[in-house]
Amino acid sequence: MSLSREQIAMRVAQEFGDGHYINLGIGIPTLAANYVADDIEVMLQSENGLLGMGPYPTEEQVDADMINAGKETVTAATGASIFNSAESFAMIRGGHVDLTVLGAFEVDSNGSIASWMIPGKLIKGMGGAMDLVAGAQNIIVTMTHADKYGNSKLLEQCTLPLTGVNCINKIITNLAVLEVKGGAFHLIERAPGVTVDEIRTKTAGKLVVAENVPEMMF
Amino acid sequence: MAGFNKVVGSYEAAMAGLRDNMTVIAGGFGLCGIPEGLITQIKMMNTKGLTVVSNNCGVDGFGLGILLEEKQIKKMVSSYVGENALFEQQLLNGELEVELTPQGTLAEKMRAGGAGIPAFYTATGFGTPVGEGKETRKFNGRDYILEESITGDFAIVKAYKADRYGNCIYRHTAQNFNPMAATAGKITVLEVEEIVEPGELSPSEIHTPGIYVDRIIVGNFEKRIERKIISSASSNQ
Repeated sequence: MSLSREQIAMRVAQEFGDGHYINLGIGIPTLAANYVADDIEVMLQSENGLLGMGPYPTEEQVDADMINAGKETVTAATGASIFNSAESFAMIRGGHVDLTVLGAFEVDSNGSIASWMIPGKLIKGMGGAMDLVAGAQNIIVTMTHADKYGNSKLLEQCTLPLTGVNCINKIITNLAVLEVKGGAFHLIERAPGVTVDEIRTKTAGKLVVAENVPEMMF
Repeated sequence: MAGFNKVVGSYEAAMAGLRDNMTVIAGGFGLCGIPEGLITQIKMMNTKGLTVVSNNCGVDGFGLGILLEEKQIKKMVSSYVGENALFEQQLLNGELEVELTPQGTLAEKMRAGGAGIPAFYTATGFGTPVGEGKETRKFNGRDYILEESITGDFAIVKAYKADRYGNCIYRHTAQNFNPMAATAGKITVLEVEEIVEPGELSPSEIHTPGIYVDRIIVGNFEKRIERKIISSASSNQ
């Protein structure tokens, strides 16, 4: 069975390490904040200038001066700090953020990512994505394995304008978890009930499959 | 003698000297921490051909979005412009030019501009359309692109509290790009919620020292919220 958005988010949260500083992109990555294991402590970075992002506010806590990078109202967690945008990207570009999780349109087997522009269709801008993929220690992409027409998003070479080159370490899709190394996608886990054959069919770039590929555990 | 009293009494005085084809650097992230009254004043002045440097371009009918209505903006330098239908329309019509710039590069361009640094190397954007045509250089085996800094004829900045010297503080995430913008304007104008007596702000809590600030005006802020999200947990309590 293909994973739901929530299940992908749950699997993403398993990547969080105790004491990690993490930047979560808009969409599924943000959902992963709901599934942080009880026995670890993480600090979420929001690139508009907040380290230690808390939950959404109650009606009484809503404050127009307190938003996250998705421009949503938010609160500060205990231990949070607030700073300007140059400081925020200094910590991102300086490699101080342990993990970045973001969405993408395409990833290729060299770890390049396209996530911000579809020529002729989408011209909204890259926001902080290019800085994040250039700066974080570890970068994970979440996306559906194929588009709605069944075309693979895991390619030999990205076709859309790039966000960053040779930077993605891991991909978590609705079908599988894959590592990107040595010019290939390495299948390390599959969604419960999803066969290696299905993943192979939906992966256009070079895929390396171990003898036994375990199912994801939740 | 005004000395260090930089407080002005009107928006006209705050933006005096703004002319067609100037570059304006604006603080703010989305609609958070934007100099609302100064933007309205630019609209009133109907200044044309502006290059506006700001992370975003407001929304339709609010923030910098209102400067699109009479086509006052010639060029926008931003990292994300997705919240604005009029923007997209003018862009597709060729009436508006946009230089999409990674958010961290944009912040650093302003910071460097204000600090007298003409350009800097960054890995951000290497191998992407952002890096096309830019000088590249390898440091310790990694590729970087050369990005030039930005300064403006005007910087319009939203702060929380300031004294008459221009020493100011920002509130929560309304800080964002404002401190960098403040350093990068030939004329920097602060729009603040409150003027406080000199000495009321502790010297060590000042975010932007007054040396960067030329004019200060007290504004009234609507502080519109772009995406109000309420905790689902709290609604169950």
